[in-house]
Amino acid sequence: MLDDFLIRAALAGVGLTLATGPLGAFVVWRRMAYFGDATAHAAILGVALSFGFGISVYVGIIAVALGMAITVASLAGRGHTMDATLGVLAHSALAFGLVAASFLTEVRVDLSAWLFGDILAVGRSDLVIVWLGALAVLALLAWRWQALLTATVSDELAVAAGLNPRREGLALTLALALVVAVAIKIVGALLIAAMLIIPAAAARRLARGPEGMAALASLIGALAVLAGLAASLRFDTPAGPSIVAAATSLFALIALVPRR
Amino acid sequence: MHLISATGLSVHHGGVDVLADIDFGIDRGEIVTIVGPNGSGKSTLVRALIGLERTVRGDVTHQPGLRIGYVPQRLHIDATLPLTVARFLCLPRWVGRAEISAALARTGVEGLERRAISALSGGQFQRVLLARALLSRPDILILDEPTQGLDQPGIAAFYRLLADLRRETGCAVLLVSHDLHVVMAASDRVICLNGHICCQGAPRVVSAAPEYRALFGLGTGGALALYQHVHDHDHEHDVGHGHDPEHPHSHPHDPEHPHSHPHDHPHPPSDEPPHAG
Repeated sequence: MLDDFLIRAALAGVGLTLATGPLGAFVVWRRMAYFGDATAHAAILGVALSFGFGISVYVGIIAVALGMAITVASLAGRGHTMDATLGVLAHSALAFGLVAASFLTEVRVDLSAWLFGDILAVGRSDLVIVWLGALAVLALLAWRWQALLTATVSDELAVAAGLNPRREGLALTLALALVVAVAIKIVGALLIAAMLIIPAAAARRLARGPEGMAALASLIGALAVLAGLAASLRFDTPAGPSIVAAATSLFALIALVPRR
Repeated sequence: MHLISATGLSVHHGGVDVLADIDFGIDRGEIVTIVGPNGSGKSTLVRALIGLERTVRGDVTHQPGLRIGYVPQRLHIDATLPLTVARFLCLPRWVGRAEISAALARTGVEGLERRAISALSGGQFQRVLLARALLSRPDILILDEPTQGLDQPGIAAFYRLLADLRRETGCAVLLVSHDLHVVMAASDRVICLNGHICCQGAPRVVSAAPEYRALFGLGTGGALALYQHVHDHDHEHDVGHGHDPEHPHSHPHDPEHPHSHPHDHPHPPSDEPPHAG
């Protein structure tokens, strides 16, 4: 069954949404949309460096994405607004990544596959990595769930309760770097943030509690993966963008549901 | 050992002294009210005592294992986060249904479990915050201007609730009040703050004398008391300059000495129009 590239693509996409649902919910609640973008864009630099130094692409992406996240966190609050800091870093990471990739003469890097993803080319080993990565993120979030949620509601209440909001934020940053690393093959660096934000934003309308919103975001994401793949097959459109377009259609449909 | 103690505590905001050389301690079961004019550093002090402010000098020490129930002055919860009252009360520790409804009933907002946090009025939210603080079984309750926006009977009822909670649980209460003169009668100590501790002492319980009853209204049930400020120094030179080391402020207290503190006369406590809670 796993020989079929479509089955593999669907399984990889659904596996990814296990992680992007809950993580995307936190990205929405904590207003980290642009932060997610910056981390995802940095992945291109990670890809170029991995090929340059001949190391695993996943390791390179996680390292650069984490470096980016920590740079953002330390730069913001030093006189620059978060918005401007991210504006500088998100685009420069992409630019430097594309420049670095152009130096790789030995190995030809198929840039469009990394920018837009190539879910139909997902192999068995990729499938294993996607699921392991997604389950790791899910486990990390489940472990820190109560503390993360308290810090999201209010840093002050978290500190008064003896928690360390900075450490919880770091857990989220690590989860984001992991998701970027496993998602880049599926939807590509440019559209990872969309898979985080659109399903979670759509789920907000239907959810009564945080756990419900996270689970619904995963469900909506999984539906978008299946619908996007089907559309891609039928209309011969690129798979990654089709998945994001399907997610946006679900968002629009749910927005039409009258508020309870 | 004090539950929380501070020695020589100083806090800067943008290079300006907000608090200078504060020595403070609060003991188990004690009720302490902090009063002071706007910008006197009341919130900064309680935030520093919790560990929410970077201090430039001095130390804050918590008793090991101290549990703090904190009710902040304001709390904005992002509308993208769906949260019912019951779920909010389970942060950061899961508690059972019975415990949740008991805490809500205790703070006078029973039956709100399934209500969305965003649908609460200001007064309800304040009481939900207090219920959440109680669920952590605190050694000390810290409340930053919890009576803001309440009318006088509302303030009196809230103070009675705090006094009852202290009696029932034995927790200490540290309260910030925006009213300089009319304070919680159960306060063991009132601290007047203006960048430094100006004076401190016990409040005078409001008597049943007709002039007081006229001032404080009926039905406050003895929950309110007057605090008589005893300042031995003048604040005019301090305004806008922060702490001035040339003018030490730790003179001995002299109750007979008239002082020119800008707020040394009792005023009617409800100088803001009451609005529905």
